[in-house]
Amino acid sequence: MTALRKDPFNLIIAGVGGQGNILASQLVAQAALAEGLNATIGETYGVSQRGGSVMSHVRLTAGTPVGPLIPQGEADLLIGFEPIETLQVAMDFGSPQLRVILNPRPVYPISVLSGDLAYPPMERILDLLRGHAADLSTLPATDIAREAGEIRAMNVVMVGALASAGLLPMDKESYLRVIRDQFRGRAREINQRAFETGYEALPSAHA
Amino acid sequence: MDPLEIDEPGRRVLLMGNEAIARGAIEAGVRYCAAYPGSPSSEILASLARTAPRFGHYAEWSTNEKVALEGACGAAYTGLRAMATMKQNGVNVASDILTAMSLAGNPGGLVLVVCDDPGGISSTNEVDTRNYARLADVPLLEPATFQEAKDMVRWAFSLSEELELICMVRSVTRISHARGVVELGPIEKVARTAVMKPEQRYGSLPPCPNHAEVKDKLRRAAEIYESSPFNRYAGPERPELLVVTCGTGWWYSTEAIRMLGVAERVGVLKLGTTWPLPEALLKRHLEGASSVLVIEESDPVLEYNLKALLSKEALRAAAPSRLLGKVTGTVRGAYGPGVGEMNPNLAADAVARALEIEAPSLPKPLRESMQAEIDFEIPKREVAFCPGCPHRASYWVMKNVLRLDGRDGLLIGDIGCYTLGFGRTGYYLSRTMHCMGSAIGFSSGMAKLAGFGFSQPTIAVVGDSTFFHACLPGLVNARYNRSPFLCVVLDNSATAMTGFQPHPGTGKTALGEEAPRLSIESLCAGMGIPVQIVDPFDVPAATRLLYRALQKNELQVVVMRHKCAVLQGREEGLPARRVWVDAEKCIGEQCGCNRFCSAAFGCPALIWDKEKECAAIDEVICSRCGLCAELCPGGAIRITEEEVQP
Repeated sequence: MTALRKDPFNLIIAGVGGQGNILASQLVAQAALAEGLNATIGETYGVSQRGGSVMSHVRLTAGTPVGPLIPQGEADLLIGFEPIETLQVAMDFGSPQLRVILNPRPVYPISVLSGDLAYPPMERILDLLRGHAADLSTLPATDIAREAGEIRAMNVVMVGALASAGLLPMDKESYLRVIRDQFRGRAREINQRAFETGYEALPSAHA
Repeated sequence: MDPLEIDEPGRRVLLMGNEAIARGAIEAGVRYCAAYPGSPSSEILASLARTAPRFGHYAEWSTNEKVALEGACGAAYTGLRAMATMKQNGVNVASDILTAMSLAGNPGGLVLVVCDDPGGISSTNEVDTRNYARLADVPLLEPATFQEAKDMVRWAFSLSEELELICMVRSVTRISHARGVVELGPIEKVARTAVMKPEQRYGSLPPCPNHAEVKDKLRRAAEIYESSPFNRYAGPERPELLVVTCGTGWWYSTEAIRMLGVAERVGVLKLGTTWPLPEALLKRHLEGASSVLVIEESDPVLEYNLKALLSKEALRAAAPSRLLGKVTGTVRGAYGPGVGEMNPNLAADAVARALEIEAPSLPKPLRESMQAEIDFEIPKREVAFCPGCPHRASYWVMKNVLRLDGRDGLLIGDIGCYTLGFGRTGYYLSRTMHCMGSAIGFSSGMAKLAGFGFSQPTIAVVGDSTFFHACLPGLVNARYNRSPFLCVVLDNSATAMTGFQPHPGTGKTALGEEAPRLSIESLCAGMGIPVQIVDPFDVPAATRLLYRALQKNELQVVVMRHKCAVLQGREEGLPARRVWVDAEKCIGEQCGCNRFCSAAFGCPALIWDKEKECAAIDEVICSRCGLCAELCPGGAIRITEEEVQP
């Protein structure tokens, strides 16, 4: 049995509709399951296809599964697909032990595009996360995905980064096996490449 | 392999709650399944349609929930196992048949699965449909886990057959739209032949004897419930506080006890069978418990029913001195008791209050330490029409037409993606937004008010799936009663909001088979209503047509037809072209266009490059529809036909 650093281990993936939160949370959960762990995923997406916030709670346990919602202040790891989404989830669910891996590319809310509100300065967001969480890494996952051949594989780049962070006990091969099971043809190739690139990219990404 | 098709009892798989529900029906040998899409319920029927070739059951997207439930009833009358699934709003639509058919019963197992949406995460309300179980006199089951979602649905079919009464299973968003590990069971492979014999008759008349018979069936249900494995107690033998809970309330209660470290003081009685209540079981657990706290989603349904039960003479001795919950305000969220979704923190607050723990030591979220340093506003993320959405084009046209018309015309909205016409990217045009088809009824009424001085023209805006679901009786009414308004059908060729399910206008069924394509324009023409069709992406033509239609004082239909951009992208990929901003031509704030593309038009893919003071396009989300290039007053957005890497 694979050992967890903490039980339950609480992971949150924060992003916006269309970024592939749900696939990312499933990759992690399936990899955990393959190694004999239990996983519960709670997704909050509402009508997110239309640009709303998406938050996936992934809770890993060695024994009895737990509920789909992480209590406030109990998240151990936060994978951020979008900066202000990540900041808000960190505020609600993060503890001082929280570790954050962030793609610092903004997806602008329409209130910002319209000029009614300003997107907060990126340095301020990063400073807050750096100052209050235990650890922050940033990764230009969108650019990495573009190089891997599919800009929308950013989610899998981030899963690759998460897999190499050493916070979850699952073997790299377990994630890759899930990717091979879930995809065929070009999609399989691109997602494997995206995962590998994300996996390699994280160590140099300490912010 | 599709986990729903694995025939290996004992195998553990990761399933979405809705898939677990579908698997429960498959294991029970369901033959007939029907639904109308609605979050958070849609994936149940989608899963059953997907697996129909393997198991041989029938699955359909019905035109609405009433028809879905009636179809399932029909199948149950022939002795088959049948199921209808819907979201909470759907039960309102189906309630007429639900409250009638329960009086006469059914021979085949018949299950109604309802997925409620506490907090209205993807809904216009947070109605608690458990109230329907009492209203219609039907047994109610509430799963607390993914495993139970599967097992309860499976069991609900046998219970329905034993009682000859429809059974209701209530899920919520946090089960339906969550995923967890489920151990698969055996799949029933009993061949059943559908037949309705001469002596079989089902009618609710005469109501009173039938009603009395249903009450008897419910008494039998309560007896069966007494030994149900879905009801269980965990905790100390004589707890200081007994939590009585059901559904996701069980998860949150268990978590709350862990968070507070009070496992030695608090016991949890989890009920899976919540209507009618198992009296002896409750009596046994309540006797000797001085404090009881009820934790459940939405309305205090379990709490009220428990209170009513405890008023019976036989149970009076078991009544606790303190019965806490939403009625006492012990369980409450930000909006007060009975409003909004439950979560582990709200459960912990309630348990702490019940135990009179003054300041429970719970982990502090980072918000508390961060707040002091946050000197900026975090912009709220409003939902918006997707990049390339034809509704944006339609709303742009309607905005201009209403302005050109100049009579303070009203846009009366409805339910679907275009509900977002209530918000920024629909230019806040929609003036009402309630339930499927109500735009037609509202407009039908408003357009009859000329005699009372009302002179504002109305445009009733509905979608294609909504048109078939609930608009036809309203249109017939308007035609019959000569109610003069303009009905715009935004036809994007899918039930897009809920995940692109087919509908009668698409020419496809749930099983992927070809179907006769019902034409919205022919149906309208058949009613004698003048009807025209226009592509909203042809903005000048659509504006002219709609403006002229609005000037006529008669009932008319305009179909604004353009395929959903997301669906188009899925079917055909992105077009081989590049949409880009010519930085030489975009003179930004000096243009006089008031940043038309990002500030006025409202497409999320049109962004503003602050440094260059120039518009830009977010290539990650741009659908390359090119409408912005047509509308940009400066001609600065360009389309180049070329192969572009996706």
